[in-house]
This record gives sequence, C-alpha cells and structure tokens, in this order.
Amino acid sequence: MALVLNEEQQLLKESAEGFFTEKAPVSQLRKLRDDADETGFSTELWTEMSEMGFAGLLIDEDHGGTAFGCVGAGIVAEALGKTLSASPYLASGVVAASVVKAAASEAQKNELLPAIAAGEIIATLAVDEGSRHAPEGTALKAEKSGDAYKLSGMKTFVPEGHVADKIIVLARTGGEAGSTEGLSLFIVDRGASGLIVDRTISVDSRNWAKITFEGVTVGANALLGAEGKSFEALDSALDRARIVVAAELLGIAQHCFNETVEYLKERKQFGVPIGSFQALQHRAAQLFGEIEVTRSAILKALQVADAGGNVAWFASLAKAKASKTAELATNEAIQMHGGIGMTDEFDMGFYIKRARVLQHLYGDFNYHADRFARCSGY
Amino acid sequence: MSDLEAFRTETRAWLEENCPQSMRTPMKGEADFCWGGRKFKFQSEDQKKWLERMATRGWTVPTWPKEYGGGGLSKDEAKILATEMKRIGARPPLVSFGIWMLGPALLKFGTEEQKKEFIPPIVRGEIRWCQGYSEPNAGSDLAALATKAVDHGDHYIINGQKIWTSYADKADWIFCLIRTDATVKHDGISFVLFDMETPGVSTKPIKLISGYSPFCETFFDDAKVLKKNLIGEENKGWTIAKYLLTHERSNIGDMGTPTPLNMLAKDKLGTKDGELPDTMLRHQIAEHEIDAACFLFTLERAKDAAKAGGDQGAFSSLLKGYGTELNKDRHELIVKVNGSDAFEWEGQFSNNGEVARSWLRTKGNSIEGGTTEVQLNIISKRILGLPS
Repeated sequence: MALVLNEEQQLLKESAEGFFTEKAPVSQLRKLRDDADETGFSTELWTEMSEMGFAGLLIDEDHGGTAFGCVGAGIVAEALGKTLSASPYLASGVVAASVVKAAASEAQKNELLPAIAAGEIIATLAVDEGSRHAPEGTALKAEKSGDAYKLSGMKTFVPEGHVADKIIVLARTGGEAGSTEGLSLFIVDRGASGLIVDRTISVDSRNWAKITFEGVTVGANALLGAEGKSFEALDSALDRARIVVAAELLGIAQHCFNETVEYLKERKQFGVPIGSFQALQHRAAQLFGEIEVTRSAILKALQVADAGGNVAWFASLAKAKASKTAELATNEAIQMHGGIGMTDEFDMGFYIKRARVLQHLYGDFNYHADRFARCSGY
Repeated sequence: MSDLEAFRTETRAWLEENCPQSMRTPMKGEADFCWGGRKFKFQSEDQKKWLERMATRGWTVPTWPKEYGGGGLSKDEAKILATEMKRIGARPPLVSFGIWMLGPALLKFGTEEQKKEFIPPIVRGEIRWCQGYSEPNAGSDLAALATKAVDHGDHYIINGQKIWTSYADKADWIFCLIRTDATVKHDGISFVLFDMETPGVSTKPIKLISGYSPFCETFFDDAKVLKKNLIGEENKGWTIAKYLLTHERSNIGDMGTPTPLNMLAKDKLGTKDGELPDTMLRHQIAEHEIDAACFLFTLERAKDAAKAGGDQGAFSSLLKGYGTELNKDRHELIVKVNGSDAFEWEGQFSNNGEVARSWLRTKGNSIEGGTTEVQLNIISKRILGLPS
C-alpha cells in the first residue's frame, strides 16, 4: 500500500479540518475553561461530530459506523489536535470502540457499537491505577460469586470518566499484580451501586476521573471476552488507541510549528523579521524534519493497524516518536514566540498542556521506547 | 493474475536463476561494491556475471528508458524488482555516480546524441564517472567556483583545481562545473563532460582521518574540452548542477537497510532475559532505532508521494540532512557497542580497523553533497519561506 493518503482519506482530512476550525476552534476550549464548564466539552459539538460519523470511524457499517478504519481515526485526531477541540472522541469513539471490537461477544457488540457510533452513549476505558501506565500491574479485584462478580479497587486517569455512561474496567480475576494472566474486562453502568466517580480537572482544561469500586456487583453478561484472558485483546485495542493519540500529538506539533513559522516571519527585532536569523531558521528547519518523520511513522502504523494483526512494534514506534516530537515542538514554539508564548492570553499554553497529557496517556516515551526494544528482540 | 503479479513471478524466477549465490551475501563495505569502469578489477567471476546479466536487461537502472539501455520499468515494476532483490539478499549489481547523479541529469538536459553516447556505457558499467564540483574556495558556496574556461571555437581550454572529487583517481570521465563567464556568479557556470585521460588532467588522493583516500584533488592544466560535450547551454550549468545535487542528496540520505544496530549489539554483548545487559546502551540504541525507523518510512513516503506525482523538490534536503546525521549517530553507537575492540586499527581480528575507519568516514556524510547546515538553509528558505 502506498504510504500516502488516498482520495477518500484526503477528503476526510479536508472535511475534518474545516469542521473543527469552524465549529470548535481553540477559543471554544478557552471558553469552557473560563466558564468552569462541568462537562468539559460542548454536547452540541459531540452530537454534530456523531452526525458527521466521527464517533463511528472505527466501527463497521453493520454496527452503524462509518468504517474509515484507523487511518480515518488518525486523520480526525490530527485535525482536532490542531484546534484542541474537546469531545469524548478519543475516550468513546476510539478507545472504548476498539476495546469492544477486540474483546466483546457478538451480542455485546450489537448492543454497544451502534450506540457508540451514534454518540448515544459515551463509553470509556478505566485501565490505569497509578501515576504510570502499566496494564499488567492491575490490582483492582473481581471476585466471582455464583453468576456475578464483585469489583473492588480504584482506577485513575480515566478520560471523560466524569460523564461516561459505560465504563469498561480492567480487573484481576486471577494471578498476581504484574502478570498478564488473570486479567478480565467488565462493562459497568454509570450509577452502579458502589461506584464512586470523582471528576478531576486536568492541566489541559479537559477532564478525567478517579473511580473507586466499592464492591460493585455486575452480572456475568458484563464480562467482555473470556475470564482471565483479556490482556491480548486489551493491548491490541490500546495499540490502536496509542497510534490515534500519536496522531493527535502530531496535529498539536504541526499546529504549533505552523504558528511559530508565521510568527518568525512577522515579528521584527533589530529592524528585521526574526525569521531572517539563521539561529532560528535552523531550529525551525530541524523541527520541520522531526515532524515529517513522525508523520511517516504514524501513517505507517495506522495503515498496518488497518491491515490487522500485531501492531505493537508500530504502535510503540509511533507513540514514542510522537511524544518526543510534540514535546520538542511545544517547547520550541514557546521559546521562539518569546514572552508572548508565556501568557495565558496567547493560545500556545493550551497546546503544551494538552501535549504533555497525551504524551503520558497509554504510555510515555520511555514506556514505548522500552516496549519498542522488547518487540525488536532486545 | 494482474500484470504486476505476473511481473513479480517472472522476476522472482529470473533472479533465482541468474543471481549467483555469492552475490546474495551481505556486502561488508565499499570494498565489495561493483563500481565498474575501465580500471575496475572484479573481485570474482560471480560479480562480473551478475553485472553483465543485470545490465543486459537494463536492470542496473530499472526505470531508465529502454532506448538508452535502461530497463524501461514502471515505478511499480521497479518497486517489485527491488523487493524481490531484497527478498533474496541480492547485492546491487552496480554502484556508480553515473547512475546516481549524471544519468538523471543527462536524461533531462542532454541532447539525443549525448544520451546515446553517454548513457549506455553507464548502464553497462563500462565508464566510471566522477564529479568535479567543489574547489578549494568554493565549498558550501559552490557557485563561487573559479575553474577557468577560455573559449577556442569548438573547444574550451580549462585551467584550475577541483577538490573532494570522489574517486577521481579511479574514474574514467568527469562531469565538471567550469566558469565560462567571470562577470556574473550563478549565470557564468557551465556543465561539461571530459575524459580523465585528457592531457593536462591530473589527480592527487587526499588521505582522510579514516586512513582511506576516497577523495582527490584534481588539477586542470590547459586541458582541452570539446564543446559538443557541453550539457545544456553555455552559462546555464547551475540549473543542471542543482538538479543533480538533488538526486545526490536523496541518495546520500538513503543508506539502504544496513544490519540493524540491535543485531550488532546482541551479537557482541548477548542478552539477559531477552534484553541487552547494558541498560543505558539499550536505551540509546532504542532511541536511535526509533528515529531510524521513522526515517525509513519517510523515504518510503517520499517515494510514494513522488510516484503519485508530487514534486519532491527541497524535501530531498530533509532526507539528506536527517539521513546523514542518523548515520553518524549509528556509527557512534557501533563504536560504543564494540568497546575497545572498536579501536584496533590494523590486523585480522578487526578486518584492519573496519569499525573505526567506517566510523571516521561517516563524519564526512554531513559535509559532502552540501553540509547539514546548507540543507537546513534550503529547508528554511524553500519549504518554510523564511526571509533572507
């Protein structure tokens, strides 16, 4: 397959970029923050995004989706990375949809996927328990009694957990913390007895939740996939999510870079545009190179993910590189903008904050560089 | 079966039958390259056979037109040929500046007569070319070149000096930039071809820090160059020079797919619980290989974009700059992997200091063909549009 966007994907890119620029520019995120909005995103926007088919890009047409696949999901993520449009796109349309696709039974898919694709429900994945991503470290317990399971423990860093209708939770039905054996996925309804959801306002003006499970009881039909055998499906779904997160980071890096180059052309000091100084030209040109090679790795990873199979190596490559590049791009953007880059009035702060959160989400550079090495056999 | 699939099947069968087994082993370095040319000594019968067989099909230059001896393959077919060659580990049958640099420029700017005269011997590896560009006072500022050409009707008389002429002492012919008008800078340069055996042409190898002498100084002392070997118009050579540099840059950046660094490290250091035992080195190797993989996919993307009709243009400066910096980094890590063994300079154990000499050679990668800083200048101006 050629490592370029095809015509249909190019059209999706243009329509997504146009949509977010018009409907949800970064000023919308600023307003949500300034208004201390409790939802943290515009529900009207999410409805429109769902009508556009963005909530169901990863979902096949039989389940009400638009079947654009991972490349499509990456294109939309990159576009909204440029505008920092807030929505449950990542939590519900990408992560939860991927987990359901990878782990759920046909009956569960029939129930959940069309609702996710239509934006009727917001689903999210609760995986992390500590400040670092480590799915196999899961300690949250699911004890079986009769046909039911009782869940006890806590989860943190759950994107849009404060508004999610369905929480897919990774729990331990066997084995010790640290083992990939004995992990199971359950789907829990918002409002279940014993479920305590604490909204956390994040540095990036978005929201995640700390969720405590105080003996939450669910039936056997809440189990996604076979008991104790969920790690592989989860990791494969997470890999797709990681690549899409990488694409959002790419959008952030690209936007910050574009703004910076424009600023270098406009801003005058010593009577000339600062972009005429070679010290800044070379920094900009180097950043251009890093963004371009990041773009290649992400598109490759998205294509491989669509082709199916094990994408661990590609996902870790994409997430590691995107994290590094976004860190560089946001730091360089602030430095090259000088003092104005430090002000809250200027938008760059929103980008660097969002970038750091996404860099960390589902494994940071170190996590993925280590995993990349293991996947490569060292 | 589609035409392309049929082509793949035929190609696979032909390669299986015609690529000698010894030409399917990895090359250890430049010493294993087949450079061709009048002075070239084949290292083996197999090397000679492999060149002849591939040249007969024009597959030393798969996409060049058939009328000049090329393979006449479409880009899709050429990609299949490359994949099939890689599948069996086939060595390139011929490596040459004629292929990388001069050929594409001749195809674009040469007259029909010039193409018929000069291209087929490149395809067959009969004439080895060198590039007369840099001068002692014209490095990054290449257009400051001063090699003087005086017009004598049907020929020029040339006086001056070139430097960093790769393999000038082994080459048969030179493509050379000369000054035909000293009153203007870029518009006073012409692009000519001549035989290195022309009276008045001499070369002197330059010994590098690697101990090797891949470059020469080249002197012209009243050398006579026929005007029929002028490519393009007089004083319009800079356009050709730039076009050719773009090709050179893509190739310097594209170092092929060398043995992965982690394989070299595992062979040398072994593993413990499946991981390299030196955790800091493992980390450095992973960082490098992440960048290297991203770069390989960028080469793939650039080729696919070019195939889809995009103009690569200044993007080759990114490939050149990024690729050569990566290669330098790779060799720094190879030295670290080998520890004190990397420092043996002579002797069988180290194949005469192969690791150290290769490492030192890479320092030139980011200088030759336009320094990294020149590439960054080109990106700044031509891609980003930053002001002068």
